[in-house]
Amino acid sequence: MAGSEFFPRIVVQLGPIEVTETVIYSLIVSAMLIGLALVVRAGLSNRPTSWQIAVEFLVEHFEGVMRDMFNGDPRACTPLIVTLALFIGTANLLGLVPGLRSPTGDFSTTAALAVIVFLAVPFYGIRARGVSGYLKHYLEPTPWLLPLEIISEFSRTLALAVRLFGNIVSEELVIAVLLGIAGLLVPVPIMMLAVLTSLVQAYIFAVLAVVYLSAAVRTQTE
Amino acid sequence: MDSNTWFAVVAMGVAGISVAIGSIGTALGQGRSIVAAMDAIARQPDASDRISRTLFVGLAMIESLAIYCLVIALIILFANPFSHLITTVKP
Repeated sequence: MAGSEFFPRIVVQLGPIEVTETVIYSLIVSAMLIGLALVVRAGLSNRPTSWQIAVEFLVEHFEGVMRDMFNGDPRACTPLIVTLALFIGTANLLGLVPGLRSPTGDFSTTAALAVIVFLAVPFYGIRARGVSGYLKHYLEPTPWLLPLEIISEFSRTLALAVRLFGNIVSEELVIAVLLGIAGLLVPVPIMMLAVLTSLVQAYIFAVLAVVYLSAAVRTQTE
Repeated sequence: MDSNTWFAVVAMGVAGISVAIGSIGTALGQGRSIVAAMDAIARQPDASDRISRTLFVGLAMIESLAIYCLVIALIILFANPFSHLITTVKP
């Protein structure tokens, strides 16, 4: 079993490119979310269906979080943050379906998501405050802290990726080990806990992305 | 014991110890932060939304330290960079 839980299986070999099962499952998650979005958009009305209420609740919740942190209009960042939360939540929950694995249990996926956040911070920062305004926030309390700011920019990206990866992999390993030593129904309580962990991790990833964005976007209100 | 067995023994022992020591500090830190959050919510129930959101973010930050240890342990066990040094020839 050495590493069979740790490395994704290779499904197809397209020339020099190895297509792992992570790619397949990420595409499944994306297709599910796009389908959900199309269904909800087609049914938009003033007398909302339960799907529309669920989606509106999610969007409004994250916009509320962002409004608190940004001191300003959060509309520009809403698509990124809510997509991150939905994608990670769905991807984490996919691993609980027998036979499937979470795409987020692969370090490549979580690293890619963290890099998206890493690049989104200067993008939204420059859009909100201009190049000089964005660069000035590195020097803000005092210029002596500039090295720490730069280190933290990279270390928090690494932490974001490792945190999600470690949580999901440890969850899958615990379930696999319990299944190996105890049998069919014993992992079920752990899997119930895993539902909670999956959703909490998705929420935490999105909220941390908001926190990182807020440092760059926040408008001064003195 | 030959060197391959020693390698396996040391790798498994170190993986277990790293997770154990890593979780001690994290457990103490998370306990303290939850106590502080509970105190704050008891004093100001109105601010419980904001407090619990900050608590979640803080717990995630603290938890990532334990997760680092876990990832190191997983690397030692499953993706050891020095595993090519041990011989695969059976005596």
